[in-house]
Amino acid sequence: MTKINENSLSYEVAIHRMGRIWMSMALLVIMAVPLAISVYFNVWPAAGPLLGGLLPIMMIYVPIGIIEVITFSPMLGSGATYLAFTTGNLTNLKVPCALNAMEIADVEPGSSQGEIISTIAVATSSLVTNLVLVIGVLLFVQLTPLLAAPLLKPAFENILPALFGALGYLYISKNWKLAVVPVTLMVIIFVLVPAAPVGILIPVSALSAIAAARLMYKKNMI
Amino acid sequence: MFDYRNSAFMFSLGAIVALFVTVQSLVFLRTAWLEGKRKGLDAGKMRRAVISSAVFTLVPSLSILLTMLTLSGALGLALPWIRLSVIGAVTYELPAAEAAAQATGSSLAAAGVPLDVFSLIAWVMTLGIMSGPLFIIAYFKKLQSRVNKIKVEDNRWGTLLISAMFVGLISSFLGSALAGGIVSILTLLSSALIMVFCIQLEQKAGLKLFKDFALPLSMVGAMALAVLFAGILGG
Repeated sequence: MTKINENSLSYEVAIHRMGRIWMSMALLVIMAVPLAISVYFNVWPAAGPLLGGLLPIMMIYVPIGIIEVITFSPMLGSGATYLAFTTGNLTNLKVPCALNAMEIADVEPGSSQGEIISTIAVATSSLVTNLVLVIGVLLFVQLTPLLAAPLLKPAFENILPALFGALGYLYISKNWKLAVVPVTLMVIIFVLVPAAPVGILIPVSALSAIAAARLMYKKNMI
Repeated sequence: MFDYRNSAFMFSLGAIVALFVTVQSLVFLRTAWLEGKRKGLDAGKMRRAVISSAVFTLVPSLSILLTMLTLSGALGLALPWIRLSVIGAVTYELPAAEAAAQATGSSLAAAGVPLDVFSLIAWVMTLGIMSGPLFIIAYFKKLQSRVNKIKVEDNRWGTLLISAMFVGLISSFLGSALAGGIVSILTLLSSALIMVFCIQLEQKAGLKLFKDFALPLSMVGAMALAVLFAGILGG
């Protein structure tokens, strides 16, 4: 038992070390892109327009970025978090993908086995998206009329309801008591403010679910 | 005329980024796989995780590809390819690019942005999304040890806490879809019903395949029905 705990601990230490190194390298690679464009073409952005473009974006996406880490990392586990926050597309792809893989493997999110399956899922998902994008670049001319066909527009516009309907059934049928408060709250908010940004409401919904769960847990209702 | 947006230089940058992401993903996949083996996790279970994740990823990836094609009108193909290969999302890249273009009095609606605007857009799209990764490097380890501490102190509450977070995430999208109009609601319900059908097939008929591919099947089925609903209801 002690050996297992020691091994788990060493994996935990190693994955954080590896994750930090890879994430730091990723940031350098990502930052090198605009830098290389400016150096190669000798075009540097002026401070005024740069701040003018960055401020409205950062006002929204700095808090969202931090909130996403706090909300998603306990579900994803360590390895998957480092990778998912490098490769992006969290809410529409990486988090549901990890959830689905853990469900199929019948392992608990946040457990040591969940950590493994979640990392495998996110890594596979990143590789497949990468491949699809490379194919898209190579077959750009052929794919554009197909994917941008007006007939398919409603399909791509409704990709999130198509994803979260199935995922919602899967999780809410198991944890329906946990879902009553957040679902009710979210429906009310979205009916009152239909254009409300989902990214900002995810932590509100998560906090309401946690508060309701805590209350029910204390009262032995779940 | 020289098209800087689709130049060999830009595609070289794209190739470097794609290669980096591929290597990183393979390293993490290998590390998790070896750790799984060491922990005695069934190799079949891990293989199923690979296959089901690959299949599930195909449809959302097509949506990401569509965003790349949409952005390519103004930005060329290489920059959207780079941006959509790394941290960011379909919901982020378009507003970030538009905000940068507007800061110069330009617009993405233009057939091709001038080089100075292009460079600015690349900087804004990159810098605007850095908070998450920087926060992870600085605080994630501490955050994770706090979550682990909660689980050690009270395992049942620790598990419930993570479940509540899941349900909170899903609830926000359910609320958004339910308030998104009739086509959105019908798509949501169709997806849930197809999932029920897949689970029944797996449980009653023993068709294990339907468990592994229930989510992509539900998604594709509901998206196909969304086309039908929009055609009938004009949504």
